[in-house]
Amino acid sequence: MSTRASYWKANLRLVTICLVIWFLVSFVFGILLAEPLNAIRIGGYKLGFWFAQQGSIYTFVALVFFYAWRVNKLDQKFGVHED
Amino acid sequence: MDLQTLTYIVVGATFALYIGIAIWARAKTTGDFYVAGKGVNPVLNGMATAADWMSAASFISMAGLIAFYGYGGAVFLMGWTGGYVLLAMLLAPYLRKYGKYTVPEFIGDRYYGRSARILAVICLIIASITYVIGQMKGIGVAFSRFLETEYDTGLYIGMGIVFIYAVMGGMKGITYTQIAQYCVLIFAYTVPAVFISMHLTGNPIPQIGLGSKMADGSGLFLLDKLDATLKDLGFGTYTENVRLSTFNMFVYTMSLMIGTAGLPHVIMRFFTVPRVKDARSTAGWALVFIALLYTVAPAVGAMARMNLMDTIQPAPGQWLEVEQRPQWFKNWEKTGLLKFEDKNGDGKIQYVADKEKNEMVKVDRDIMVLANPEIAKLPNWVIALVVAGGLAAALSTAAGLLLAIASSISHDLLKGVFAPNISEKSELLASRFAMAAAIAAAGYLGLHPPDFAAGTVALAFGLAASSIFPALMMGIFSKKMNKAGAMAGMLAGISITLFYVFQHKGIFFVADWKYLQSWGTNWFLGVEPNAFGAIGAVFNFAVAFIVAKVTAPPPEHIQHMVEDIRVPIGAEDAVAAH
Repeated sequence: MSTRASYWKANLRLVTICLVIWFLVSFVFGILLAEPLNAIRIGGYKLGFWFAQQGSIYTFVALVFFYAWRVNKLDQKFGVHED
Repeated sequence: MDLQTLTYIVVGATFALYIGIAIWARAKTTGDFYVAGKGVNPVLNGMATAADWMSAASFISMAGLIAFYGYGGAVFLMGWTGGYVLLAMLLAPYLRKYGKYTVPEFIGDRYYGRSARILAVICLIIASITYVIGQMKGIGVAFSRFLETEYDTGLYIGMGIVFIYAVMGGMKGITYTQIAQYCVLIFAYTVPAVFISMHLTGNPIPQIGLGSKMADGSGLFLLDKLDATLKDLGFGTYTENVRLSTFNMFVYTMSLMIGTAGLPHVIMRFFTVPRVKDARSTAGWALVFIALLYTVAPAVGAMARMNLMDTIQPAPGQWLEVEQRPQWFKNWEKTGLLKFEDKNGDGKIQYVADKEKNEMVKVDRDIMVLANPEIAKLPNWVIALVVAGGLAAALSTAAGLLLAIASSISHDLLKGVFAPNISEKSELLASRFAMAAAIAAAGYLGLHPPDFAAGTVALAFGLAASSIFPALMMGIFSKKMNKAGAMAGMLAGISITLFYVFQHKGIFFVADWKYLQSWGTNWFLGVEPNAFGAIGAVFNFAVAFIVAKVTAPPPEHIQHMVEDIRVPIGAEDAVAAH
C-alpha cells in the first residue's frame, strides 16, 4: 500500500475513535441515557443533565485538540506534513 | 449617570472601535477581501470565528430558551458546539488544503461543473439569508429597548455600521473587527453571570455555581430548589424537562451539529489561515472561545429563571403585588414583551403553569439575558455592557454571513459563471456592490422578520445540514462520489427539508401559505420542523449513493484531486496557484 493510502487509513482510524467519544458524551450520556444517569450526582448536578449542559462541551474541546495533536504526529510519521 | 446615557456611551465607544479597526484593516486585493490574505494567526482566527459564530441567538436568545426549556435546552448547547468536532475532523483541514476562496467553488471543482456550483450557491444564499434575519432582529430589539429608538431606526444604524466595515474591509476588516467584538461580547456575557452566581451561591464561577448550594442558608442545591419551585407551580422539572421526546432531542442536536459544520460562513474562516495544521488548531481555539460562553449559558438560564420566580413569588404562596412591581418589569411591559393580567382581581400576580390561572400572560424568552442584570439588581454599567455585547454578537455574525453571500455572488456567480475574464479590480468592486446589496436585502427582511430569532436560525441549520454538509463530506471521503450522485443528493435533501418546514410554517414563512394541514404537526416520528435537517441529510446521503452507484464514476483527474486534498503536503502550491 502506498504511503498516502496508509496515512489515510491511520487518519480514518483516529477520526473514528474521536467520533465514537463525541457520540458517547453527547448523544448517549447527554440524551439516550440521561434519565438513568441522573440517579448519579456530582454536587448539585445530576450526571445526565451535567453531560448535556456542561460535560459534553468540555469533552468536545479536548477532542479537537487531541485530534490535532495526533494527526500532526501522523503527518510527520508518514512524511506528508507541510513545509 | 442614568442608564440610557451610560448605554449610549458604552455602545458608542464600541462602535467607534469597530470603525477604527475597519479603517486600519482595509482590503486591497480580492485575497484580502475573501480570505484576509490567508495570513491570520490560528488563535486570533479562533477568536474571530467564535465571534462570527456566536450570534444574537447565542447571546440574546439561547440562555432564555434554556431558562424556559430547562434540560431540553441542551440541544442548542451540544448542537452548536459539537459541530466543531465534525468541522475539525471531517471538513476544515481538507478544504483549506484545496486552497480556494468559497465553498461553492470547492463543490463546483469536485463535482466538475457549473451546475453543481450554482446549486451550492443557491443553498448557501437561502441558508445565509434566513440566518441573517435573526441577527437583524436582534439588533433592532437591543436598540429599541435600551436606546429607546424605534425598532426600525435601530436596524438602520446597525446596517450602517456593518456597511462601513464589511464593504471597506471585506474578510480582513471583518476578522479584526470580530476579534474586538469577541472581547466585548464575552466580557459582557460573563460579568453579570459572575455577579449573579456570586450572589445566589457564593461561588463566582458560574459553571460551578450552577452545581452549588444556595447562599440563602437553606442548604439546598440551586438546581434542586429550582426543580422544587417549578414543580410546585405545575411547570416541568427543570433538570429533566425533555424537549418533545428523546428522539426529537437526538435528531435536533444532530441537525444543529451537522448544520454548524455545513454553514459556509463558518467554513470560510478556515480558508484564512496559512497552513492545514492551522486549520485544525483554529477549530480547537474557536471551540475554546465558544465554550467559554456556552458553559456559562446554562448557569445564566437557570439563575435567570430562579430570579424571575423569586421576584414574582418572594416566598411560597406569597405573590408579587401589582403596585409593587419593580422598575425593570414596567420597562419591559412598555415593549410588549412582558405582560401580566390580574385575572382574579386580587391585586397580585400569580405565575403558574395552569393557563387559566396564570397571570404572567407573556414572558418573551428573548428578553431574559437583557433583563437578567436588572432583575438581579446589578449596577447600570453592567446593563449597558450587556447591550453592547448583544450588539457585538449580532454585528459580528451578520458581517460574516454577508461576506459569505457577497463572495458567492461576486466570485462564484460573476467570475465563476457569467464573466470569467473579469479583472481582479473589477471583481473586488463587484464584491463590494454585492455586499451592499446583501446588507440592503437583509435589512428589508429584518423589518419584516418571519419568526423569532432562534427559530429562523435553526432553520438555516436545517438547510446547511441537509444540503452542504453531505456534499462536502462525500466529496472528501468518497472518491467514487460523482456529479450526478451529489447533485441528486443535494436536491433531495434540500427539497424534503423545505417541504417539511414550509408545510408547518408556510411557504417562506407566510402563515397563509401552509399546506397539507390535515397531516398534523410533527407527523414524522414526532420531529419538529427545526430539527428536520438531520433527516434531510440522511435522504441526501442515501439518494447520492444510490445514484452514484448506477451512473459513471468521476473522471480520473477528480479522483486524483481527492487523493491530493487528503494529505497536507503541498498546500503551499495550492495557494500559489491563484
